[in-house]
Amino acid sequence: MNQQFYDVIVVGGGPAGLAAALKAKETGAEKVLILERDRELGGILNQCIHNGFGLHHFKEELTGPEYAGRFIAQLEGTGIEVKLDTMVLEVTRDRKVAAVNRTDGYQVYEAGAIVLAMGCRERTRGAIGIPGTRPAGVFTAGTAQRYVNMEGYMVGRRVLILGSGDIGLIMARRMTLEGAKVLACVEVMPYSGGLNRNIVQCLQDYDIPLYLSHTIVDIRGKDRVEKAIVAKVDENRRPIPGTEMEFDCDTILLSVGLIPENELTRNAGIEIDRRTNGAVVCENMETQTPGIFACGNVVHVHDLVDYVTAESQRAGAAAARFAMGSPSSGDALELFSGEGVGYTVPQRLRLDAIDKSVEVFFRVRAVYRNVEIVAESGGVKLAGYKREHMAPGEMEHIALPKVLLQRAEGPITISIREAVK
Amino acid sequence: MVDVAIIGCGVIGAATAYQLAGRGVSVLMLESENDVSMGTTKANSAILHAGYDPRPGTQMARLNVRGSAMAKEICQKLDVPYRQIGSLVLAFSEDEMDHVRKLCRQGEENGVPGVKVLSKEEVLAMEPNLSKEVCGALYAPSAAIVSPWEYALAMAENAVLNGAEIRLETRVTGLEKTENGWLIHTDKGDEKARFVVNAAGVDAGTVHEMAAEPTFETTPCRGEYYLLDKCEGSRVEHVIFQCPTKAGKGILVAPTVHGNLIVGPNAQDIPDGGDTANTAEGLAYVAQMARRSVPEVDLRASIRNFAGIRANTDRPDFIIEWAADGLLDLAGMKSPGLSAAAAVGEEAARLLQEAGLGLRKEENRIETRKKFRFKEMDAEGKAELIKQDPAYGRVICRCETITEGEIRAACHTPIPPRSVDGVKRRTGAGMGRCQGGFCGPRVMEILTRELGYDPLKVPQDQAGGLILTGCTKQGGVRK
Amino acid sequence: MKELICIVCPKGCHLKVDEQNGYTVTGNSCPRGAEYGKIELTNPTRVITSTVAVQGGAHPRCPVKTSKPIPKELIFEAMKTLDDLVLDAPIRLGQVVVKDVCGTGADFVAARSL
Repeated sequence: MNQQFYDVIVVGGGPAGLAAALKAKETGAEKVLILERDRELGGILNQCIHNGFGLHHFKEELTGPEYAGRFIAQLEGTGIEVKLDTMVLEVTRDRKVAAVNRTDGYQVYEAGAIVLAMGCRERTRGAIGIPGTRPAGVFTAGTAQRYVNMEGYMVGRRVLILGSGDIGLIMARRMTLEGAKVLACVEVMPYSGGLNRNIVQCLQDYDIPLYLSHTIVDIRGKDRVEKAIVAKVDENRRPIPGTEMEFDCDTILLSVGLIPENELTRNAGIEIDRRTNGAVVCENMETQTPGIFACGNVVHVHDLVDYVTAESQRAGAAAARFAMGSPSSGDALELFSGEGVGYTVPQRLRLDAIDKSVEVFFRVRAVYRNVEIVAESGGVKLAGYKREHMAPGEMEHIALPKVLLQRAEGPITISIREAVK
Repeated sequence: MVDVAIIGCGVIGAATAYQLAGRGVSVLMLESENDVSMGTTKANSAILHAGYDPRPGTQMARLNVRGSAMAKEICQKLDVPYRQIGSLVLAFSEDEMDHVRKLCRQGEENGVPGVKVLSKEEVLAMEPNLSKEVCGALYAPSAAIVSPWEYALAMAENAVLNGAEIRLETRVTGLEKTENGWLIHTDKGDEKARFVVNAAGVDAGTVHEMAAEPTFETTPCRGEYYLLDKCEGSRVEHVIFQCPTKAGKGILVAPTVHGNLIVGPNAQDIPDGGDTANTAEGLAYVAQMARRSVPEVDLRASIRNFAGIRANTDRPDFIIEWAADGLLDLAGMKSPGLSAAAAVGEEAARLLQEAGLGLRKEENRIETRKKFRFKEMDAEGKAELIKQDPAYGRVICRCETITEGEIRAACHTPIPPRSVDGVKRRTGAGMGRCQGGFCGPRVMEILTRELGYDPLKVPQDQAGGLILTGCTKQGGVRK
Repeated sequence: MKELICIVCPKGCHLKVDEQNGYTVTGNSCPRGAEYGKIELTNPTRVITSTVAVQGGAHPRCPVKTSKPIPKELIFEAMKTLDDLVLDAPIRLGQVVVKDVCGTGADFVAARSL
């Protein structure tokens, strides 16, 4: 087991890892390595065959494979090394990466800086505890998407979708186009978890009803799903007796949330934010362990790959600078999530490392109309941003100018207020 | 004509076959499902009880203590995940302390090694995450945790290696006494056997009644569970029981050999022994009761719910007796059935021998099994293994770090998997937090490649529970 | 007056389209929204994405899309043109798979190389 050194090692070759690696190389890192567990680069984009990617980054509408393909094509000639079918087993605080694959066997690589870009996984039936029997035919939407789009198999004929996350909505349309009957999409919250455009073009286009404030209360069937019982829920998300509807379906697709995949991060002892389930990061996507950066869905779950790309480019550039001997330093201001704000990324800001302004991403906890996003510190309002419409299903972001941040005395809180007319 | 036919291949049937195979008699296992351990064996608390619970003098008491001790040895020989971690029965009142003291005396009488009553301070020193309301506890150091399905599989596989035969997806439909044994009707044709062992679990009553007048009545009792993520796996380090109350037997919280935390079960009598559905009420009750022992247990870390059926009967003890001439019942294997299994198998062998079976000592019996578990190896071991066989360098199940090598090996065991969950039981692939979301399609690919299955006919678990319903672009051919 | 949610980009603007007055659109935040509002009520169109069977490639299916939006009512008919198709690898990104889908002038093209 010989140890090899790389300036920047990127764990994960999906959209986040690709953007980070390319930017690290461009910023000046000499030896860059991408470790990817799948047999090809591109991550989940390979199975997202629908269009709608790239409007921000490429100013045109691409499918997932096309979006990934553009970054993969950019790798050529850069000298960035890629190891496919390679599983990272461990990342350590002193920047060693242990990985295995068929050809190199067990290897430990040393890195000047590490970028964590492992993405996320789907919440499962077990995580949300749907009562009933446990027959075949209950899939997470992403698993179904893999079977249908990559492997060419159908996973069902009469489908009920639980949760209105984007993958669930996309799969409603996809299954319909392949000849399945999608009976309904059922969402426990009073609002959709996915993007509005997907409600329109995936459900409404095909007359698939969306039941808000409803959930599955029972799954029946011995070998394969035979029925699902759906009921309305009250404001505490508890099913209301007497409101049950029966759906004769052979398949249930779950689109009930994504969870950043941070087992490597946790095992390395890197600080995790309980709200995002991702690492606590600074303005340049550096975790609280110096030299280890994180970006994309492993930090917080994004709606748009374009934002993943932008965030990952910041991480890649910063990782390269760290590896080349100019780490960011200075005192960090804490960013708190106030009223109505679920989380913020980044959670810490080092003023010295900020050029003109810093972008802060967050999600709100409820649907809002005509409100103001307020940044304040020590009871003093630093900035306000008006919004006509905000929803938990849509990630928000604001740019905080450095000049305002310099006026902060201690932690900054981001909250949602009713707009002053 | 075989010497012994065993109906049912849960842990009891497997333990019986394990005791008989390779000892000069022919053994045939008949299992209605598509794998070993598909009933109660795959859905229980995964605990080998110390043996203080059963009333002294019962078969249950004797076989529990003996069976747990045998399990330790068998798990070592056959490389089955097993950890002796000890158990605590918590008391939350002076009345419950009385109960704990009674259990301690009972344990001593049953021959359970090392049982003792602990004070509140001693308990909390051992398990700091327990409720501060605890008054004391019974400590039984010999209690252990095990992987129940791997235990049953290991014994069944060993039996096959030693000459036994297994027929899966073969349901017994009738029994007829013949001059020198039994004619067994199945949905796949008839079999003849000198002796028949009824190890049909929840269905043991049905099998009994194919040949004899009823002597017991089965009252299936369902228990529901949570299985929590590994992040909760070290919340406690012992098996944590509660004293039975009027409300029920109490809920246990325990680590599993796979590093998770198991929480459950409630107890609900149900008419249908096949009804393993979870209920909102059952799960809520389990959650509430578990917090009584371990207030901070995080049930949001749940990765799976399941329910199992206890084969309760109207008789307090295990039913190990001749139902008819040459037909041996191993019935009523409620808790501690898993703990007692090995000893029940031994007892069955003794009874069959007494009845003239003719077991012999065999020199060439295969006694051991060794499995590669990639994630448990050290760096050098991993490096060496991949060098020898590159398939161990490809991780298929990310959550549990299970390699292609392990899955391929499982495909070529004496009882190959017939389903994606069959691979899970043999390797752990798909058991983790994503519940097979990522590795399911990959496991399917390996299963079809190694065993030549048609992907459209591979079930998730039991036969009939197919994963896929067809191909997209029906006109297109697959490569 | 008809209310729509714009699907041109993920922003999802709430549009109001006045059918009586030449389909004038309000509530949009870009010109593409105005165009969408008008087309959606006169001749709604969509880009269709799907897959095609492949022989000899790294995957058994190749993703495809229409080269431009096609009328909504032709979606299922367009899908049928892919049913009996089997492509041979290698496939180039952008390769035309079905020409002039249902007379729309749009082609189905490969969305990746395989």
